[in-house]
Amino acid sequence: MNKGFQLFPDQASTMAGQVDALYFFLIAVSVFFSVLIFFLIYLFAVRYRRRSEEEVPKEIPGLLKLELVWSIIPLLLTMVAFAWGASLYFDGYNPPDNALEIYVVGKQWMWHIQHPTGQREINELHVPMGQPIKLTMTTEDVIHSFYIPAFRMKKDVVPGRYTTMWFEATKPGQYHLFCAEYCGTKHSEMIGKVVVQEPADYQNWLSGGTANESLEVIGEKKFQQFACHTCHVDKPNARGPSLVGVYGKGVRLRDGRSVIVDEAYIRESILDPNAKIAAGYKPVMPTFKGQVSEVGILQITAYIKSLAQDGSN
Amino acid sequence: MASQPHTLQHHFEDLEQQFESSSLGMWAFLVTEILFFGGLFTGYLVYRTKFPEAFHLGSSLLDVQLGAINTAVLICSSLTMALAVYWAQKGDKNKIVLFLSLTIVLGAAFLGVKAVEYSHKIHHHLLPGDGFTFEGPFADQVRIFLSFYFTMTGMHAFHMVIGIGLMIYLIVRARQGWYSSEYNTPVEMIGLYWHFVDIVWIYLFPLLYLIGRH
Amino acid sequence: MGTAVFNPREDQLAEHTNGSTKNYLNAGFSAKSWLLTIDHKRIAILYLLSITFFFFIGGIFAVLIRLELLTPQGDLMQAETYNKMFTMHGMVMIFFFLIPSIPAVLGNFLIPLMIGAKDLAFPRLNLLSWYIYFIGGLFTLAAIVFGGVDTGWTFYTPHSSTYSNTNVILAAVGVFVSGFSSILTGLNFLVTIHKMRAPGLTWFRLPLFVWAHYATSIIQVLGTPVVAITIVLVGLERLFHIGIFDPKLGGDPLLFQHLFWFYSHPAVYIMILPAMGVISEIVTCFAKKKIFGYSFIAFSSIAIAVLGFLVWGHHMFTSGQSNYASLVFSFLSFLVAIPSAIKVFNWTATLYKGSVSYQAPMLYAIGFIGLFTIGGLTGIFLGTLAVDVHVHDTYFVVAHFHYIMVGGAIMAYLGGMHFWWPKITGRLYPEGWARFSSLVIFVGFHLTFFPQFIVGYLGMPRRYHVYPDEFQILNVLSTAGATILGIGYLIPLIYFLWSLRYGKKSSTNPWNAKGLEWEQAASPPIKQNFEVTPVVLEDAYEYEPKVWLK
Repeated sequence: MNKGFQLFPDQASTMAGQVDALYFFLIAVSVFFSVLIFFLIYLFAVRYRRRSEEEVPKEIPGLLKLELVWSIIPLLLTMVAFAWGASLYFDGYNPPDNALEIYVVGKQWMWHIQHPTGQREINELHVPMGQPIKLTMTTEDVIHSFYIPAFRMKKDVVPGRYTTMWFEATKPGQYHLFCAEYCGTKHSEMIGKVVVQEPADYQNWLSGGTANESLEVIGEKKFQQFACHTCHVDKPNARGPSLVGVYGKGVRLRDGRSVIVDEAYIRESILDPNAKIAAGYKPVMPTFKGQVSEVGILQITAYIKSLAQDGSN
Repeated sequence: MASQPHTLQHHFEDLEQQFESSSLGMWAFLVTEILFFGGLFTGYLVYRTKFPEAFHLGSSLLDVQLGAINTAVLICSSLTMALAVYWAQKGDKNKIVLFLSLTIVLGAAFLGVKAVEYSHKIHHHLLPGDGFTFEGPFADQVRIFLSFYFTMTGMHAFHMVIGIGLMIYLIVRARQGWYSSEYNTPVEMIGLYWHFVDIVWIYLFPLLYLIGRH
Repeated sequence: MGTAVFNPREDQLAEHTNGSTKNYLNAGFSAKSWLLTIDHKRIAILYLLSITFFFFIGGIFAVLIRLELLTPQGDLMQAETYNKMFTMHGMVMIFFFLIPSIPAVLGNFLIPLMIGAKDLAFPRLNLLSWYIYFIGGLFTLAAIVFGGVDTGWTFYTPHSSTYSNTNVILAAVGVFVSGFSSILTGLNFLVTIHKMRAPGLTWFRLPLFVWAHYATSIIQVLGTPVVAITIVLVGLERLFHIGIFDPKLGGDPLLFQHLFWFYSHPAVYIMILPAMGVISEIVTCFAKKKIFGYSFIAFSSIAIAVLGFLVWGHHMFTSGQSNYASLVFSFLSFLVAIPSAIKVFNWTATLYKGSVSYQAPMLYAIGFIGLFTIGGLTGIFLGTLAVDVHVHDTYFVVAHFHYIMVGGAIMAYLGGMHFWWPKITGRLYPEGWARFSSLVIFVGFHLTFFPQFIVGYLGMPRRYHVYPDEFQILNVLSTAGATILGIGYLIPLIYFLWSLRYGKKSSTNPWNAKGLEWEQAASPPIKQNFEVTPVVLEDAYEYEPKVWLK
């Protein structure tokens, strides 16, 4: 992906142009104040250069008004930058509801990407343009950061939890993917590319290649493999709560608290089952820490999510 | 360059300036100590909020009676320290030495009890590290609780050892007749330090030993 | 601060000047008289020698980094070695050069002189501070010699606490120990400024250099203990797997980031506030005019110290912390920019209708104002949430902080060294060479770091050993600049050393500057600083003589 020299990065997402607009505003303000200061210093330095050792400049008493002016004007400008930046930030970190979900697991020193339909990629991310994409991400080991400069977007991946980011690509092409949080020896080689395709090409790509089982199917297999189905059955007096339709719902816990069943709760329940036990059930679920990888957890989660739709077990 | 007792150090104008400087210096130092322990208290608060049951469980592993005894011992030692300062202001050499010695004895008793507690924990494989085993639930979070227990009380104990060392120094100087109504700054400053160490324990005891008691 | 009760004649001071009679430099020549000194001026020299040493160590790492980055491939060294290079460059430069530099050298030397005191409040503690710093430095050198550290100066967990297999503990001990030097120096300055001012020297007559160091000392005293305990926890995690930062054991890696940045953000103000104090002194002297807006500059230093403790989360906008936390931190970060802007405007206004001369100190000061303006403004970019998401952890950040720390703090340090060199040594440096090297540094600096803003916005991440081909041109420019910058730094080293033997002997006050250190103390000063304690009857920087009505 030899790009050739550029002075400015490609704009390939809906966010990129907006971030660049704010960036240009900041550049304009910075250039203005820099030029102002440099010009004034130059002007005063020349105009008031010392012409004789005897000259004694008059002291100029402080001017409160002047101090206020040059405090308040910069303050107002910074508040504009703040509000603008904050608004874009919230947009950028709050995915729309109709986003297509893709899962990312970082590990030293590669990116493992998992499409819900089953495609897996290493260090490459194929996405359709014109469609919001939500990335749910974690890492197997240390902190990394998933960074796509052309989209002006990055988010750290943190061990022990999920982080999310989203984007909507606007221009087909190939764009750099970098790890942007120092993570050890091959940090600078933990790179790849994001391939943005026209929707039709993306569909072709999805169905091409070796037939892949969808995440849900793989997840169902793991669900059986780890014997989850022996306790989590849709029957009264089962050892574990039924998982049919549970995703996205509120659940009452033994200690009285309530939680929403989301990816994080499912992950926690697999790794640390006694942390948040559902009301009416005993603490008998064993932990699967060390037995299932982060990728495996995402697959099982996809399966559990699918139970919400058709209710079949 | 050791100076004679109650002599003005060369860079001060008068004894009053010297005393005020020492006092401000010690208070500023104690503020840094608050920030130092503050980092540990912050971590403790974060994890206690995250894992309330595990912290209650971990707390119940501690020996409240020994902790309470230690609290009483330390409070008494602050009393004896205050008396040492009082007698330093009066210039009574023997009483200074007496009360400093009592403070050291009480401090040593505290450390002895802590040693007993620690060895008990280590014996039961409750020292976080590779030998850690805990049979009950929430093992990882209990281990975090115990990490805070050992780090916070260990850091506290380390400060006590330093305090005892400083008091030994004071005893040596007191016996040489260094302290009087004119000059007793070191006794007072080290007294402040000791009271601070006591106060840290006053916070540690309930946060570590008393949570979750019914 | 001129009209003192004892008004030494120039020739009375001159008796002591020129090194011909007793001064602090010739009061004993043995190693013991230096290594066991409690004279703040000698301790300042001890610091000067050691920080210069560490500057060159850190500089060597910088050279190696820039050499590697000449080409997109990793052809000079292995990835692991490169990771150690930038780690040790950062660690040495921040903890062993920048943080001590101005306070421990210029602050130590000048604060007692500026306030009319014979020494700092705790001279022996001052010496202890130097030894502690030195021991910390030895541990860090050991970490370097025994194979290096590769965690980045930021020690992020769980890499540093669990995964790295380099000398993390040794380096951590070095940083931990040196932190106590910083704390004790700050403590010493705080008590000194409170308790040892000469008669008549009220708070609002203090030189701004003293105000700057007062604000810095507050930060040193409050912030450093937190990073100290954080480093202890990382060490315990590494040794005993206590689980506090490792999610596999229930811990939270973001807790480390919060604790770490709670100190490390204020730390950058430890590095810049003293520099701003130096600039205030130089600008007023070389404009021969009382600084404009004295109380605003004084209060802005305190404001920066206070606000600086509230913004640490702006290093964590992409970390996964709550969006609302990011919102608050961004807002506060903009606020902390304003006091710095106030200073820049006031310095500029000081030149208005002044009588401006351009010796090397002033060239450095003007260079500072320009470079700090750019560096500070790019901080605004980083405080802007959506923009930071793009440029966080890229070379944009690297450029930003080098503008402030190198273009800012180091320029101010060099300006201060030139300004007070006659006071410290009794010698003049060669003015022609000094002006020349200030320009070399200025040009070299821009060429090194401006391209990094561009390559950062293009997306080149920091701490990258290899990079995509299209970033090469900008990297080559940067390395070219670094070469020029390096030469620029070598020249002063040479002529300062040269001047000690062959430099023209200085008069007591070659700049005709106001200030107790210039008007009441010899160049170099006598051991106890003043023959008689000064009494202060006027405000700072009274360049325009006031007519006293009888």
